[in-house]
Amino acid sequence: MEHLAETFGIELDLHGFCKTDPATPIRTTRPGIFISGAFAGPVDIPESVVAASGTSALTGELLRTRRGKLSKARVYPAERDVSQDPVRVGVFACHCGANIGRIVDIPSLVDYARTLEGVVHAEEGLFICSTDAAGKISNTIKEKGLNRVVVAACTPRTHEPLFRDTLREGGINQYLFDMANIREHCSWVHSKQKEEASKKAKDIVRMSVARTINLESLQEFNLPVNKTALVVGGGLAGMTSALNIASQGFEVHLLEKNADLGGMALRIPTTLEGMDVPEHLRDLIRQVYQHPLIYVSHDAVIKDVSGYVGNFLTTVKTEGRIKKIKHGAAILATGADEYIPTEYLYGENDKVITSVELGEEIVRGEKRLSEAENLVMIQCVGCRQEDRNYCSRVCCSHSVKNALKLKKINPKLDIYILFRDMRTYGFSEDYYRKASDNDVKFIRYEPEDKPRVVALTDGGKEILRVSVPDPVLGKRLVIDADLVALAAAVIPSAGTREVARLFKVAMSQDGFFQEAHVKLRPVDFAAEGVFLCGTAHYPKHISETIIQAYGAAGRAVTLLSRDTVTASGSVCEVKENECISCGACISVCTYGAIAFHDTPAGIKADVNSVLCKGDGLCNAVCPTSAISLKHYTDEELFCQIDAAL
Amino acid sequence: MSTDHNFQPKMIGIICNWCCYGGADLCGVSRFQYPPHIKLIRVMCSARVDLLHILRAFTNGIDGIFLGGCHLCDCHYVTGGNFNAYSMVQVCRKIMEFIGIYPERLRLEWVSAGEGIRFANFMNEYSSEVTKLGPLGKAEGMDEKVLAIKLESVTRLIPYIKLVLTRKLLVPERTEEAYHRFFNSEEFDRLFEELIADKLAISLITSLLREKSLSSGAIAGSLGMSPSEVARHMNGSAKQGLVRYDVNSKCYALA
Repeated sequence: MEHLAETFGIELDLHGFCKTDPATPIRTTRPGIFISGAFAGPVDIPESVVAASGTSALTGELLRTRRGKLSKARVYPAERDVSQDPVRVGVFACHCGANIGRIVDIPSLVDYARTLEGVVHAEEGLFICSTDAAGKISNTIKEKGLNRVVVAACTPRTHEPLFRDTLREGGINQYLFDMANIREHCSWVHSKQKEEASKKAKDIVRMSVARTINLESLQEFNLPVNKTALVVGGGLAGMTSALNIASQGFEVHLLEKNADLGGMALRIPTTLEGMDVPEHLRDLIRQVYQHPLIYVSHDAVIKDVSGYVGNFLTTVKTEGRIKKIKHGAAILATGADEYIPTEYLYGENDKVITSVELGEEIVRGEKRLSEAENLVMIQCVGCRQEDRNYCSRVCCSHSVKNALKLKKINPKLDIYILFRDMRTYGFSEDYYRKASDNDVKFIRYEPEDKPRVVALTDGGKEILRVSVPDPVLGKRLVIDADLVALAAAVIPSAGTREVARLFKVAMSQDGFFQEAHVKLRPVDFAAEGVFLCGTAHYPKHISETIIQAYGAAGRAVTLLSRDTVTASGSVCEVKENECISCGACISVCTYGAIAFHDTPAGIKADVNSVLCKGDGLCNAVCPTSAISLKHYTDEELFCQIDAAL
Repeated sequence: MSTDHNFQPKMIGIICNWCCYGGADLCGVSRFQYPPHIKLIRVMCSARVDLLHILRAFTNGIDGIFLGGCHLCDCHYVTGGNFNAYSMVQVCRKIMEFIGIYPERLRLEWVSAGEGIRFANFMNEYSSEVTKLGPLGKAEGMDEKVLAIKLESVTRLIPYIKLVLTRKLLVPERTEEAYHRFFNSEEFDRLFEELIADKLAISLITSLLREKSLSSGAIAGSLGMSPSEVARHMNGSAKQGLVRYDVNSKCYALA
């Protein structure tokens, strides 16, 4: 760490991790040097991946004039049309060093492969994924006139793209390829049964060859990319993303449902680390309005979204008029709201407020705060319970932050934080300790026996009597409080569901946006070309929101900087004369990729290949198998099933 | 149940690329061991697996099949296709039970890409379960020919069963609980009886009659139904003109 810091001329923090800018914790103390991952502190995989995308966005700002200068286009030989030729399968079996060869008898596998129908060439190799070996396969394809290739080696999940490329280099369609997984699914899992494993490897290759014979050449298609981004939500996350994308040289339409930019962050005066949030927001809003490439729509309501990755068309009603926006990518940053509690007399007694309201009162310097003697904070209000079974993540730090500030204004104030678990994670632990040292009292409560708040008049003074069982003392504590602050849950903003519906993106059970993959694609939606950031994803701190906003911007620019996107050739198609117009396929395809169209023989299902994601559900529900998924057709699967015996 | 200790079942698993295949890969990377007689076929989503594929495998004499997908609500696709796979498997198992094949020969298992150990445990457990069941048909005490007729009857009905699945057996809420509840409810049993069982019985009987004319007693004997059930189906089918009754031979024949 120290060596690394010294080499790059960056500073470390008190804990020995990399010192970062509190507003953008992926910037180091030296401009132009960014970090991601656990160098900044204890983080998990998702945060690391988000931060990595974020650094790409920040780097992109600096290098924008040099984008693409070092990239070279690959040139492939012309593709040979093999559709009329007799099948000529080549089988390439890999030893994978000793990983496969030590268990599976590869020479006998190669001999066996030669006996299979359609196979005209079989050979073995020590590491056939090496550049040399792959080059040799390309040559063999040309020399032997192969028009199908089976590689018996490891898993297609990692190596299929590589060998597809090898086929293209060999001048044949990349879909005329199949991988027989004889490593993960054979040598490694039957390592004590050499004979059986060798036999199974033959079975696997036989199934693969049978499948390959039926494979067809498929065309991937290039779609032009509209180099404009749409950002939904003009809060901290949305503005940060928009500004970065614009700074990288792309036009951005920013939609805000309210009359002003800023969102929920307007109500947060500072972060726990002391960042001046309103100042940061003012600066951000000014930059957004001044940027020539950002177009802001206020009072915006999305009416319709159509299109697909690279080519979306979104219809927006804004300030009384309808705007149609063409864009290639979208970032959804619709934020979150504070839950309005129904518990603990909230809304009935003005001495009961939420944590956010308390923060605002502190900034306003409300007199009742400096005069108060006792203040109680209750954590986990409205969450971590059956109907909202998640942790709102930010409230523990938020309460500690408020407590520390109150102690400064009014050192004599007694503060009690009633909690279930204090989760001031990471370096925020320092502030929790500081609060403890400042005599803030932390009292644990159990969800089965929650605190009780009663309003009453005691000695002519209106108070709130809070009682809570203390599991340590084994007694019920009674605190007469002047104020009660509720750490109310963070809930998805009201429009989240509608936006999810319009963009056809997934939502979690709790009503937040659901990323494509928790660890590997934490700012992407499964729907291509749509990205997410901020608290619409789940409750986040301001610094986390900013990193993710850069992350989403980085992902969006990766898409926007390309001239075209490639769509998979493995999509569905309809044999119209077999379609009975039952609509089963249309009803199950939530991508909206299938619709009826008019034909001389009546209405028939029709697939929009660009929207089709190739899952094949429609194929399985079609009563007449009129719709079929290319590359996974019934015929191809039947051949594999038949060959399994 | 099989008593043949040397019996080694023929088994296949059709698994989704994103989760179960990943789990199987991780199982390999972790060097967890399982028996070598189960072969795997990759599809992109468990929802791609068609009733046709399952029937084809059984017709080929496969003793056990499993579908491997992502955990419910974790489907890689927004279609949540594994719920459709769930419904299809429930109906298929019910059909298997109806025609006298152990429904345990068809399994559905959720394995995430991070659950290598779960995959290994499942492979070992399912393999020993199917081994204990014994060979398809024989273990059920079913004649090879009758088995073939039964599987063919079901296969012929697949287009109709698919329509029932997408039209009539819809579960309003996409949660594991709701699906579990529905497919274990009397409502489902009733719908199955009404919509599938009768049709299946008639399909079985007509398949049988394709070979030769038979008395209701002989039909009942072959298919393991009661003669009164057979008579009920035959009356309906005769009205529809599917079969006719020959008074002299007291046999039914295809119309």
